[in-house]
Amino acid sequence: MSTENREASSQPSGRAAMKKELPKQFQDYRNVWVFIELEHGQVHPVSIELLGEGRKLADKLGVHLAGVVIGPPGGQGTANAIADAFSYGADLSYLVESPLLAHYRNEPFTKALTDLVLANKPEILLLGATTLGRDLAGSVATTLKTGLTADCTELNVDSDGSLAATRPTFGGSLLCTIYTLKCRPQMATVRPNVMATPQRVNRPTGSIIRHDLKMLEEEIATKVLAFFSDCDSTIANLAYADVVVAGGLGLGAVQNLQLLKDLARTLGGDFGCSRPLVQKGWMPFDRQIGQTGNTIRPKLYIAAGISGAVQHRVGVEGSDLIVAINTDPNAPIFDFAHLGVVADAISFLPALTEVFTKRLEPRNLEKFVQ
Amino acid sequence: MHLVVCIKQVPDSAQIRVHPVTNTIMRQGVPTIINPHDLAALEEALKLCDTYGGEVTVVTMGPKMAEDALRKALTFGAHRAVLLTDRHFAGSDTLATSFALAQAIAEIGETFGTPDVVFTGKQTIDGDTAQVGPGIAKRLDLQQLTYVAKILSIDAASREITVERRAEGGSQILRTGLPCLVTMLDGADAIRRGRLDDALRAARTKVVKWSAADAGIAEPANCGLRGSPTVVKRVFAPTSREQKARQIDTTNKPLREIADGLIAAIFADQPALKHDLGFPGSTGQ
Repeated sequence: MSTENREASSQPSGRAAMKKELPKQFQDYRNVWVFIELEHGQVHPVSIELLGEGRKLADKLGVHLAGVVIGPPGGQGTANAIADAFSYGADLSYLVESPLLAHYRNEPFTKALTDLVLANKPEILLLGATTLGRDLAGSVATTLKTGLTADCTELNVDSDGSLAATRPTFGGSLLCTIYTLKCRPQMATVRPNVMATPQRVNRPTGSIIRHDLKMLEEEIATKVLAFFSDCDSTIANLAYADVVVAGGLGLGAVQNLQLLKDLARTLGGDFGCSRPLVQKGWMPFDRQIGQTGNTIRPKLYIAAGISGAVQHRVGVEGSDLIVAINTDPNAPIFDFAHLGVVADAISFLPALTEVFTKRLEPRNLEKFVQ
Repeated sequence: MHLVVCIKQVPDSAQIRVHPVTNTIMRQGVPTIINPHDLAALEEALKLCDTYGGEVTVVTMGPKMAEDALRKALTFGAHRAVLLTDRHFAGSDTLATSFALAQAIAEIGETFGTPDVVFTGKQTIDGDTAQVGPGIAKRLDLQQLTYVAKILSIDAASREITVERRAEGGSQILRTGLPCLVTMLDGADAIRRGRLDDALRAARTKVVKWSAADAGIAEPANCGLRGSPTVVKRVFAPTSREQKARQIDTTNKPLREIADGLIAAIFADQPALKHDLGFPGSTGQ
């Protein structure tokens, strides 16, 4: 909303050279925290990725790593979350359990996390940049009046111990490294699939510190009336597909989206698109691939008729193998794709699907014979 | 009903180029647009206005040229526009931006009537943080409903709103009391075409211009650079990989032959893929 958003400025700020001068009240902030997100009783993969990243930061700073678990009592959800926190590197865990936390609601979760921070003073607090994580992080940072860096792609610790959080800006055309000076904790969100999943470590247990949620249901204005799971629908599962086929403006017409779907189905993968197609209304937002849409990390990514603006690149460069099909040999996508085909996607996709299908057929025949 | 919509004038990021030598954004000649997600919020507010009656106020914080975005919003049917502009706001990060906008919205409430719903887009396409909406909600002590796909109903008598919210792995149906803050997903509905009488009314409407002091901000230390806890230390272009894509030979070849070549190259680069995709001849590899 602000046109004067400095994160989008092209020049580093003049304050950048300032040394960290942390006010006294913040000097006893220590330790790195990772918020462990529970999605219907399951630990969200981004939380595991963050534990790996948090462990590295904690080691560099010589402090503890803590997993923060907020959820309903009983059941396996919070217990599994704590077990995961320890087995992926946490030294300790903070736990807030209450029936009021059965479903995500901003108010009680904000209260729980804010109270934990005020009582225990972490110097770094990391959350996944999921719909839940972004909703919660914004409220907690505003309540604590501290800095929050969104959607980081890289986290590091500076020589003076400050968190250096790097994120794409201007739709991914540039990267910027952001510091939170003079405020604690230093907060950041990180998108799913950007950091690698760490190895399990041999740390089966640790200390669990329980906190009470000092809140009553009557104090919470927002009620959850229902939840509809995507499992029952055809909504995209791009973030976890092994093969993703995506199209851009080079597909020319809305009916050519079928070419993507055909190839994706042949390869047992999912399909998506670049932002212009969502803006044209050809595909829903949940199929958008790139900085503002889905970040993907498939084994095979095929980009058809996508020029490869940097915001798209940010969303796909974690893919094992990137194949680009584009008529323009100078398209930026060929700068980061592994394999390139200079061809018109509209005529080439059907040929590719046909040849893939042919090579699959013998397998189906074998199955039939058996 | 009084609906306040926060909008932002942003460079059309699809047309942004990075200077190859200096790695800075080349702003010259890049057209500005209203942040697309904010247009979804504006459309939703205008629809509520169609149903329940009332007024839509659009507000933006930005330089003087941001008035163009407000004028555009007026032609779509917004009734009033407030431009929050002051050099004290320069360099605001999301925390400082939410402070200034919250102050302005409180002042809008005092001057033009308390808002029932404050709207923002789910995020902007230049900053991409999705933090300003939640920040405003917290500062104004409003319930926040983020990533709203649809407003299902508003009960004027009980002053309750029911929405469908996009969540991880599904959709939540939430109900809360008014006033509240909603951040809208785009893609729900395109912005309407402005009607002639809206365009005529827009031409007659004067954009309200407020400085920090006009918005009731007595102490500008919470605004701009001074009010921003985050500091941008370095801006740089992503490094490009040394090697460009290996090109599949397409000269004078039928498409099927090119496809064959591509598939062979894919499996040569990533032999494990053959197995992952369940292709024949992959066992034992």
